[in-house]
Amino acid sequence: MSAQTVLYDIPGPKARARNWLYSVLFVLVLALVLYYIYVGFDEKNQWSGALWDPFLKGSTWTEFIVPGLLNTLKAAALSIVIALPIGALLGIGRLSDHKWIRVPVGAVVEFFRAIPVLLLMVFAAAFYAFYTDIDAEIRPLFAAVTGLVLYNGSVMAEVFRAGILSLPKGQGEAASALGMRKTQIMMTVLLPQAVTLMLPALVSQLVVILKDTALAGQLTIGFNELIRSTGPLTGLYGNTIPTLIVVAIIFIVLNLLLSWFASWLENKLARRKKAPKGAKPVHSAPSSVVMQRDDASGGAL
Amino acid sequence: MSTLFDFLDNPNYDLLGAFWMTIKLTFFSAIGSLIWGTILVGMRVSPVPIMRAFGTAYVNIFRNTPLTVIIVFTSLGLSSTLGLNLASSESTTSLEDNAFRLAILGFVAYTATFVCESLRSGINTVPVGQAEAARALGLGFVQVLTLIVLPQAFRSVIAPLANVMIALLKNTTVASIIGVAEASLLMSDMVENESDSLLLVFLLFAAGFVVLVLPLGLLLGWVAKKVEVKR
Repeated sequence: MSAQTVLYDIPGPKARARNWLYSVLFVLVLALVLYYIYVGFDEKNQWSGALWDPFLKGSTWTEFIVPGLLNTLKAAALSIVIALPIGALLGIGRLSDHKWIRVPVGAVVEFFRAIPVLLLMVFAAAFYAFYTDIDAEIRPLFAAVTGLVLYNGSVMAEVFRAGILSLPKGQGEAASALGMRKTQIMMTVLLPQAVTLMLPALVSQLVVILKDTALAGQLTIGFNELIRSTGPLTGLYGNTIPTLIVVAIIFIVLNLLLSWFASWLENKLARRKKAPKGAKPVHSAPSSVVMQRDDASGGAL
Repeated sequence: MSTLFDFLDNPNYDLLGAFWMTIKLTFFSAIGSLIWGTILVGMRVSPVPIMRAFGTAYVNIFRNTPLTVIIVFTSLGLSSTLGLNLASSESTTSLEDNAFRLAILGFVAYTATFVCESLRSGINTVPVGQAEAARALGLGFVQVLTLIVLPQAFRSVIAPLANVMIALLKNTTVASIIGVAEASLLMSDMVENESDSLLLVFLLFAAGFVVLVLPLGLLLGWVAKKVEVKR
């Protein structure tokens, strides 16, 4: 990034020398820390090939990693597909003109946003085990998806609501001037535009869902997602740390791809709103202290 | 009513103790992540390219790793495999203390990235003139950041930081997977043994979290309004 920020002057010779000094010091400290970690690993033989070799074998991937990854992706995909319409309904419900719809829907949304996903999953797992006759094979998936849908549906309700409220007022007014009914306005005018506006936020939400699926292998839920499915590996080869590092890398790559996709969407949508070509840009002073923009920061955790 | 909640008489169920543990985890992790997150944001906007690169890399790595992986790593990786022990082995509660501190370490490493990103967006809300005036007075980068820009940035991001802290409060449940005796571990115990009052158990714990989250949200919302810079 060549963007010059206003927090510091363009470095002169003195400042450049000082920055060099800082760089060297920082690298030294970082190298020390890394060396300390390296030695710590070395003492416990974490670098020995025996622990890392399994990841070069096909069977490791086909038996442990890929099935877990597919389960993780399946849970995430199911959750988003089910949570989207629920979120849309709840979001519209919160904007309803009728108090008897608005208030309960608001309460439901706030309730499920305040509760940890892990608790929802534990409850769902127990509920399906005691009160339904769903096959024990598929029960963990149900529990995981239920927890994710309840939480993310509520989060998306807020996203939808914000998206609809952020549309220009004239849209709704023009539609009612044409004699459309409230439902018609919502379904044909407001919602489609809101969805386009919200797409980046929804893709970012996918990152949250993907990270939350990792919970589903824990406690009494027992869904065989990536962390759980690679558990036997550590039993076989005693390579806890390498396994967790590989799992983390898989998640990081997936999430970075999703984040990148979200910001690409955002730019694409932002371009729509830009002035047509040939329009002279109005001269404007930089309005912020830091002029560099990078990926949209994931708001939710 | 009394018969409904009979199962709570079991002395093994320390409901208040479990939620107290949740509060303690949240409190220490919040302090740690605010400090570490502020240091990270300082790195990310600093004039030293290598620090910027480190800050960016750290944030991208830790923000995109599931918290579950981080917490499992602190326990199985740092503690079991590498022999990192954060509690004195003499004390009777050394195992619990170690798990508790490892969990906090994991939460701080994870939550600091979100604190950092919130603050960075807050820096963008500070008018350019502020930093320019500070530089005109001859202040260096560290002074501009710590005396002029960050204090104003902090005031404008109380609301997003509140969301980060509420998420942290909910995330502390993940500590149960390495055996920290907090609310969700107790709940999964109870759910196993009290299947008759399953819904009641769930509502009890849900209410516990609602009671913790709502005041926190309201309080921080009030603080946000109070300290907001009127521009």
